[in-house]
Amino acid sequence: MSLIALRGLDVRHGAVPALTGVDLDIAPSEIVTIVGPNGSGKSTLLRAVIGALRPSAGTITRKPGLRVGYVPQKLHVDPGLPMTARRFLSLPARVGDAAAQEALARAGTEGLASRQMSELSGGQFQRVLLARALLSRPELLILDEPTQGLDQPGSADFYRLIERLRDEIGCAVLMVSHELHVVMAASDRVVCLNGHVCCHGAPEAVASAPEYRALFGSGTGGALALYRHEHDHTHGDGHLHGHGHGVGHGDVHVHVHDAAVAHGHPGESAGGRGHGNSSGGDIASGNAAHQGSGGSSDAGGRLDGDGQGGGHASEPSHRDGGLKERRDERHHGSRSDQHASPAGGADPRNGGARS
Amino acid sequence: MTILEPFMLRAALAGVGVAVAAAPLGSFVVWRRMAYFGDATAHAALLGVALALAVEMPVMVAVLIVALVTAFAVAALEGRSLAADTMLGVVAHSALALGLVAASFLTGVRIDLVAWLFGEILAVTRGDLAVIWGGAVLVVGLMWWRWSALLTATLSPDLAHAAGIDPRRERIVLTLALAVVVAVAIKVVGALLIGAMLVIPPAAARAFSATPERMAVLAGVIGAVSVLGGLELAFVLDTPAAPTMVCVAAGLFLLSQAAAPLGRAIRRG
Repeated sequence: MSLIALRGLDVRHGAVPALTGVDLDIAPSEIVTIVGPNGSGKSTLLRAVIGALRPSAGTITRKPGLRVGYVPQKLHVDPGLPMTARRFLSLPARVGDAAAQEALARAGTEGLASRQMSELSGGQFQRVLLARALLSRPELLILDEPTQGLDQPGSADFYRLIERLRDEIGCAVLMVSHELHVVMAASDRVVCLNGHVCCHGAPEAVASAPEYRALFGSGTGGALALYRHEHDHTHGDGHLHGHGHGVGHGDVHVHVHDAAVAHGHPGESAGGRGHGNSSGGDIASGNAAHQGSGGSSDAGGRLDGDGQGGGHASEPSHRDGGLKERRDERHHGSRSDQHASPAGGADPRNGGARS
Repeated sequence: MTILEPFMLRAALAGVGVAVAAAPLGSFVVWRRMAYFGDATAHAALLGVALALAVEMPVMVAVLIVALVTAFAVAALEGRSLAADTMLGVVAHSALALGLVAASFLTGVRIDLVAWLFGEILAVTRGDLAVIWGGAVLVVGLMWWRWSALLTATLSPDLAHAAGIDPRRERIVLTLALAVVVAVAIKVVGALLIGAMLVIPPAAARAFSATPERMAVLAGVIGAVSVLGGLELAFVLDTPAAPTMVCVAAGLFLLSQAAAPLGRAIRRG
């Protein structure tokens, strides 16, 4: 079951809609990263998840008793407020020295306990924030641009640490990031956000999705792409589910505007990867056309373009199963990509998609 | 020893009571940059005094009510088109002016404006003492109870939300505590100097504190020393008591700034 499930989430800032119709599931121990241009609602989404913002529509379902560890984007400690790292760890609940030491060690900040928060470097500060979040023994760790202000090696280190922590304590991770290049390597699943979910899926699949390219460009060599959203559009109901068939490909879920546009996407996606396998695209376009004539509801419009034709894996309950299954298959050397779990193809522990 | 005179003893106890109540709250006023908020609430207290005399109710009750209304009005007005400090400036000075005008309408009742503006610590009665210490215990208890949640909400509202703490509720706790402190302090230091008792002792304590708790406790000590030293000095020099107390506090603050490098060394060691 999901740790947290968002359905049709709308959040408004006053009269301005910040997020519309966001669906998102976080399964246990997966790393989900939200990317998107400035003002795309990334932080808004996280703040809604922790309960700091009230959605104007939609639901957020948490697993009962879910323990959340939160690492805020920026924490300003007023110079008038004396606060040692050790004292900070005991907010809001007091923790023992042993637990505090262990959390600091896990976050890679031994020996900082007696230092003032205001004297810590950016990297040290983020790690102390992380240590504090770990003290609640979180099942879900939420990080809002945790590496803002860190240099590139610093943020790469930080994301590696997050990944290691996930492996050690088995928590799921939901984070927002600007640093696409690093994030792509450290995530099981990427959600590309621009007021709505543009596309989501395994990192490789999202990276080659036209929606993603439209937001971030393609030839940026990992640097931040300029914001040029050519697809500022109204969404149809279609929910295309297109598969590439290359090694380590996951799937990408793409919201499409209409059947005609849908036609091109999966093909582009595969082509962009240089695999030249356009079967996914062909099938998808067929399906998309079908959907176009069907005029279907959202549920009915979820199509599969993986050439196998079997409908699967759009429902959250199935997703989690899919994640597990996928891992097992990887172990057995299967290259099957048909199990269209959102986390598919990117299980870092098996290394399939990473290399 | 002048402090052993009965009226001096009562004054000392009253002043220390206010210092104790003001210390933890004043620390939050410093940490949350609410100094102007404290002033606005305190200045409105004069309106409470005029109200009390007009309808013949206990001054502290009327001050408490007016302070509460002002504090919540300010909180409600925040986040509108104007910056918070502008809004507070409007409220603080309007409340003070309104209080002075209201006082002038009171015919038949002689109102000693100087006493209400700058305190009348030497005229504190046993009954006043009971109310002051009751209020002090209430405020310290409230702050003790909510301490962790208040600190978390002060650091970051989002951090509080994620931990299941509602920052708005904690803000209400601070607003209540502020109203109580204003009500018990008005007779001791007067409407104009309440802000000084809130802000100066924590500011002086900052240099010698490694943790928030230590700063709050040290602020209480510095506040109490200012009260006792100020009373003694006022007696010797024949100066007004409350302003002398604030002058001593300000002197301690200056000393703390001079000694800050020493303080840093102590904290490290």
